[in-house]
Amino acid sequence: MHVFLCDFLLDIAQNSLEADSTMVRILISEKPESILFRVEDNGKGMSEETQKKVLDPFYTDGVKHKKRKVGLGLPFVLQTSRDFSLNSSVGKGTVVQFGFDLTDIDVPPLGNLPSTILAVFTGAPESCDVVVTREIHSDHGDSSYRVSKSELLDALQELRTAGSQNLTRQYLDGLEEDLKPYRSEHVFRIPE
Amino acid sequence: MAKMTLEELRKLRAQKQDDLQKRDIAGKDCQIIVGMGTCGIAAGAKVVLDAFLKELDDEKIENVAVTQTGCMGLCYVEPTIEVVVPGMPDTIYGKVDADVARKIVKEHIVGKKLVTDHIYDRPSVDIMKNGGR
Repeated sequence: MHVFLCDFLLDIAQNSLEADSTMVRILISEKPESILFRVEDNGKGMSEETQKKVLDPFYTDGVKHKKRKVGLGLPFVLQTSRDFSLNSSVGKGTVVQFGFDLTDIDVPPLGNLPSTILAVFTGAPESCDVVVTREIHSDHGDSSYRVSKSELLDALQELRTAGSQNLTRQYLDGLEEDLKPYRSEHVFRIPE
Repeated sequence: MAKMTLEELRKLRAQKQDDLQKRDIAGKDCQIIVGMGTCGIAAGAKVVLDAFLKELDDEKIENVAVTQTGCMGLCYVEPTIEVVVPGMPDTIYGKVDADVARKIVKEHIVGKKLVTDHIYDRPSVDIMKNGGR
C-alpha cells in the first residue's frame, strides 16, 4: 500500500512511461468527496490474458528482474480504490482508471500533486509527451489547469537538470495553488 | 506561490542560464538517479526526489542531472539512488530518506566524499574505506 494517493498515480503512470508510449494523458478530477484518476497511453498494450494476470500481486512479466516474483503496482490500486477499470489492447494502448472516496478514513491523503506531476514529466522518455489535466469541482465553482511536458520543454529547453526541475516545480506549485480555494475540507466517516 | 505563466518561466530560465555562465560550475556532469519502481515509491522515493531538488536548490546547484529508473533490484533497502560524479566511483545508496539525501548532496556532490554508511552497491570495500579516493 502507498502512503499517498499521488504515489498510486505515479506508480501507474510509470507503467505507461515504460510501455513505449509516445503520449500519456493523465486526468485528475476532484469533487468535494471523491477523486478520480485516469492514465491513458498509446503504448504497447496488453492481451486479455495479461490483463487478468496483472491484477495478481505475484505476477510480473519477469523482463526486468528474472528472479523476482512480485508485480504489485496495479494490485495496490485495486486494493484501495473504487471504480477501478483497466482497458487495454495490444498495439493500441492502455487506459487505467481509479477513484477514491475522500471521506473514507482508510483512504490515504492526496499527497503532493505538483511534485508527482514533475516526477512523471522527468521520468518520461524523451520520445514521450505527457499531458496532465487537473480539474476540481466544488460547491462554489469549478476550476482546472492543463500542463504538458512538451510546453515545459519548449520554455526550459531541458528538464534533466535540477535547475529546470526546480523551475518546473515552482510553475506547477503556482498552478495548484490557484485551485486551493476550491478544495474541500474532509470530515472522515469512520465505518461502524 | 504566485501563479506563473509559461512566458515568465522562459524568462526565469534565461536569467538563470546567464547566472550559471558567470560562476564556477558545481555539479557539472553529475547525475542522481532515483529508483522509482513500486518498491521505491512505497518506501518514499518521491519524498527523496523532492529532498534532492530542494537541497540542490538551496546549495544553488543547477546542473546536476536528476533522473529516474525502475527498481534496481535492492527492494529491501529502498529508497535507492545512484550517484554518478566524474572522478568518483558510481555509487548506489540505499535506505535514503530526506536527511540522507541532503547529506549526499553536501558530502558526495559538493564535498566529493562518499556517505559510506548508506552504500549498498558498486564501490568495493577498500575504496569505501578511503572515502572514495
